[in-house]
Amino acid sequence: MDDLYREVIIEHYKNPGFRGKLDPHDISFEDNNPLCGDHIQIDLRVDSQGVVTDARFDGHGCAISQASADLLVESIIGKPLEELKQLNKQNILDMLGIDLGPVRLKCALLSLKVLKAGVYGLGEASDELVE
Amino acid sequence: MSLNVNEIRKNFPILQRETSPGVPLVYLDSTATSQKPLPVIEAMDHYYRRSNANIHRGVHTLAEEATAMYEAAREKIAKFIHATSARQIIYTRNTTESINLVAYTWARANLKAGDLVILTEMEHHSNLVPWHMLQAERGIELDFIPVTDEGLLDLDVYKALLSRSPKLVSFTHMSNVLGTINPAAEIIRLAHEAGAITLVDAAQSVPHLKVDVQALDADFLAFSAHKMCGPTGIGALYGKTELLEKMPPFLGGGDMIKEVKLRSFRPNTLPHKFEAGTPAIAEAVGFGAAVDYLTSVGMDDIAEHEHAVAEYALERLEEIPGLKLFGPDAQHKGGVAAFTLAGVHPHDVAQILDRDGIAIRAGHHCAQPLHEKFGIPATSRASFYLYSTKDEVDLLVNGIYKVKELFG
Repeated sequence: MDDLYREVIIEHYKNPGFRGKLDPHDISFEDNNPLCGDHIQIDLRVDSQGVVTDARFDGHGCAISQASADLLVESIIGKPLEELKQLNKQNILDMLGIDLGPVRLKCALLSLKVLKAGVYGLGEASDELVE
Repeated sequence: MSLNVNEIRKNFPILQRETSPGVPLVYLDSTATSQKPLPVIEAMDHYYRRSNANIHRGVHTLAEEATAMYEAAREKIAKFIHATSARQIIYTRNTTESINLVAYTWARANLKAGDLVILTEMEHHSNLVPWHMLQAERGIELDFIPVTDEGLLDLDVYKALLSRSPKLVSFTHMSNVLGTINPAAEIIRLAHEAGAITLVDAAQSVPHLKVDVQALDADFLAFSAHKMCGPTGIGALYGKTELLEKMPPFLGGGDMIKEVKLRSFRPNTLPHKFEAGTPAIAEAVGFGAAVDYLTSVGMDDIAEHEHAVAEYALERLEEIPGLKLFGPDAQHKGGVAAFTLAGVHPHDVAQILDRDGIAIRAGHHCAQPLHEKFGIPATSRASFYLYSTKDEVDLLVNGIYKVKELFG
């Protein structure tokens, strides 16, 4: 019935493949979307070459935020951190296969914001990271 | 006697629109802001077409007309809440600014470190953050009347708190999430017995119930035009004259002064002392027209109609498996239904309903601590006003079943 809730999104929301925490981990970062109370934490393991060997996300929130986190985490395993720094809004929208208005875009981009803040080792996640 | 909702709906042009072709708007978000009837839209339009000028001090025809309209609206608003004088009505931008005005002027002149301010756990952020800020600046103490599992204020705890001689009790008349209508008169009476001043956040009550500041004996009462069929950008603070007169001014600038020298000023008299700079004149005119409109429909009929719609909504929503309602039973609440749906985030509920033209709100509704208390990050909230119908409730319920199906 609607594009926004494509089967892939509902499926990743209900049965995420990469939900959980990594202990130990090399990088961990978390943040909220104050608007709707979405929360995402992402843990990464990184080898000596700077390549992501494992990744998980945890948190709660709407289908868009949780499905995009699952899709994002799935896509980064095996990739070098340097490559993750290049990810942007369009990569997320391509993965979701939808277009979003300004309000829901924040939900979709929360996981990328968290990931990039963690990869850059920043104290705080800013919206500029995903523009 | 009772309200003819089909006739009422004809007054609201926006209710005739479709959100997409063939999908009529079902507006269930009046707690966030109400829609505007023609008399309000036309009053503002008329003001701009015919009478627009800056108010006070002008001597030309337009300035006199604009001033008269601006002040006539104040008279109407005063009468609407049964204030003894229009001088007790301070125009502000909204309820939030009204509360901040009290926090910046009365509270900073009267509260010192260690003084207790009592709030409640069901406050909107607008009646929390100004006091957090004052706490950081002044070292005042804050304590809270708890909310029971049924969504009511625990008045026994309140009575115990009063033994600590609070200086101020500031509370919401009607919760924007739970819909709870608090026993304001009793809360105020008890506060006065304990020697405290009272501030009522009436953002949700003035639009929906007959509010009488004298019967309540409220010291301060804050509300917004936009939730009561009026425009955004204007609200009001009611205050008892003796309090307002003793308070220092709020913002400094034009209109709030009687006399200015290079190195000093003398503040104006009430209510202008608190209204610096060119105010929202057209909005004041619209505010007055909104009050006239609500009065012509009749506040008792509005409350009765909303109650009937809300009661029906609670009944229908309760039947939905996995749906959990928050707040007290219909008897203790206004036209608000906040709920969660098992397995579906409120944002997704709202987004999917929007496909059917149904406008509800999802989130913490600027009451994060209340949501934390109930252990949930967010709720979906449908709210009703004089133009809401039982048919719209049915559409909402059907829409929620569609959401359940999609998330299966």
